Amino acid sequence: MGQFLEILSKPDNIPIVLLLLSVIYFTWLYWVKAKRNDMATVPVEATQDDKVQVWPYLVRIEFLMTIAIMAVMVVWSIALDAPLEEPANRALTPNPSKAPWYFLGLQELLVYFDPWIAGVVLPTLIIVGLMAIPYVDINEKGNGYYTYKERKFAVLTFGFGFLIMWVALIVLGTFLRGPGWNFFWPGEVWDPHYVAVLTNVDLSEYFGITTRMPDNSLNPLAFIFGAVCVGGFYSLGVLYWIKNRNTDLMQKLGLVRYSVVSFLFLSMVGVVIKVILRLLPTAFGLNPVKYVWVTPWFNV
Amino acid sequence: MFDQLKKTEVYKSIFRHSYQDTQRNRALQIVDNVFLHLHPVRVPRHATNLSYTWGMGGITFLLFLILTITGVILMFYYRPTAQYAYEDMKYLMNDVPFGPLIRNMHRWAAHAMVLTVMLHMFRVFLTGSYKPPRQFNWVVGVLLLVLTLLLSFSGYLLPWDQLSIWAVTVGTNMARATPLLGHEGPLGPELGMRIDNDVRFVLLGGTEVGPPTLLRFYVGHCIFLPLIAVIFMAVHFWRVRKDGGISGPEAAKKI
Ligand code: HEM
Repeated sequence: MGQFLEILSKPDNIPIVLLLLSVIYFTWLYWVKAKRNDMATVPVEATQDDKVQVWPYLVRIEFLMTIAIMAVMVVWSIALDAPLEEPANRALTPNPSKAPWYFLGLQELLVYFDPWIAGVVLPTLIIVGLMAIPYVDINEKGNGYYTYKERKFAVLTFGFGFLIMWVALIVLGTFLRGPGWNFFWPGEVWDPHYVAVLTNVDLSEYFGITTRMPDNSLNPLAFIFGAVCVGGFYSLGVLYWIKNRNTDLMQKLGLVRYSVVSFLFLSMVGVVIKVILRLLPTAFGLNPVKYVWVTPWFNV
Repeated sequence: MFDQLKKTEVYKSIFRHSYQDTQRNRALQIVDNVFLHLHPVRVPRHATNLSYTWGMGGITFLLFLILTITGVILMFYYRPTAQYAYEDMKYLMNDVPFGPLIRNMHRWAAHAMVLTVMLHMFRVFLTGSYKPPRQFNWVVGVLLLVLTLLLSFSGYLLPWDQLSIWAVTVGTNMARATPLLGHEGPLGPELGMRIDNDVRFVLLGGTEVGPPTLLRFYVGHCIFLPLIAVIFMAVHFWRVRKDGGISGPEAAKKI
């Protein structure tokens, strides 16, 4: 336990503790405000629309906040020293080597995906996906006040992406990933010599299709199997469209917006599925899944 | 004495109006001040409610200002070469008066800014404030988020200790695997990418994190990225005003 507390209180990990606490607090705050608005006939914000003078009513808040934040920063900076370790040395690799904390969610995904997906494709999709949000969310309600009822899909999707896939993975990567990026429970000692013995297999092998031919070339059947899995997964979006294309919502959304939403949404779900495929089998004593689709150029 | 002072031409040329508590003076207080005139003269009451805005956008900006000031001070003591960088850090932490305070504040404010910018985005999403007419300002916001992360990441390398060099090694190793443009990425080798000509090489100025990387990250951290961030922040604040100030339930009222 001592070591866990030590990691918890490392000066560089303070922001992650703050992140966890503030995210929990603000999610709760949102929930309270959204529930209250959802039960009222008009949102609370709409009853506070009388104008007030910025001087003094806003400026005084800004002024007080500035002083408060400055005070916090000064105390924080006097109390805790920024780390300065041994001089840079290329010959000495620390174990574990961790990226800065805000990238640890992505580093965690490296366990489940090859670097080109975890390190390049997913960050790109996150950025592009975030930018696309205002243009694909055509729900006019819930603009300028807290609500859950009026935009469930949007709130749940974003909430899952931010709270679980971003914040929770950062917390996991900081506090529970030790040497060799192995998982350690709070209180377990970070043993640098611990080696997880796991034989990963490809998904096709669960269905009796070996990935490699005896001469180590790629088995075409395995290639086709993977393509069908990945293609089939994304075509769920197409099926959904065909089935629901005549509903009002789909008509208003249009094919382009729908394609963007379904591609991004399925990609996020796909990440979760791959994580499950890797973790769940071990619970039953089976081999974790390494790749769903192996090709000569890239593996998914 | 003070009354005398208030009558002088110099005083009047600086402070244009009295401090009497009138509606008109309160308005002038805002529009006559270069810093405050970013604000409208009046705002809806809920916009002054901290539990609505969480104040996170404003705090992010304040932290950015703190970082600018402490950062400039740090620049007086820091040379971005592999030979001196770490030495200068040691010197700063041990011998410069208030050196540790300045460096710590720069470090913690940077962490805090990453945190607050994420919370700001969370709030903007939860109040649906990216909806028309604010779509574009959300896009500007996403760019600011990316810039904030890049600023923090590039600064991480500068102390040139074990922590920084390996964190940046882990981070930039991803670039090897860039599809098409990285020498270990899908179709990269097919397009002639080698370790000494792919995107990672361009980023690092070498095949590994070394002295040229330090210089590149330094210039990016102290000049290029802050400049871009300031430009986008100006656009961001301008758009908050032009899109009608802090979002509010206009549509819901009409129902
Ligand atoms: C360096 C980073 C940023 C700074 C300094 C900043 C600053 C601000 C400030 C001071 C406001 C006024 C309201 C408030 O405080 O909440 C604001 C509003 C806004 N920000 Fe940011 N912001 C940043 C990043 C972002 C990000 C990452 C997003 C979204 C992805 C974003 C989207 C918006 C939007 C849409 C508004 C209008 C909100 C409304 O009208 O309710 N900003 N920003």
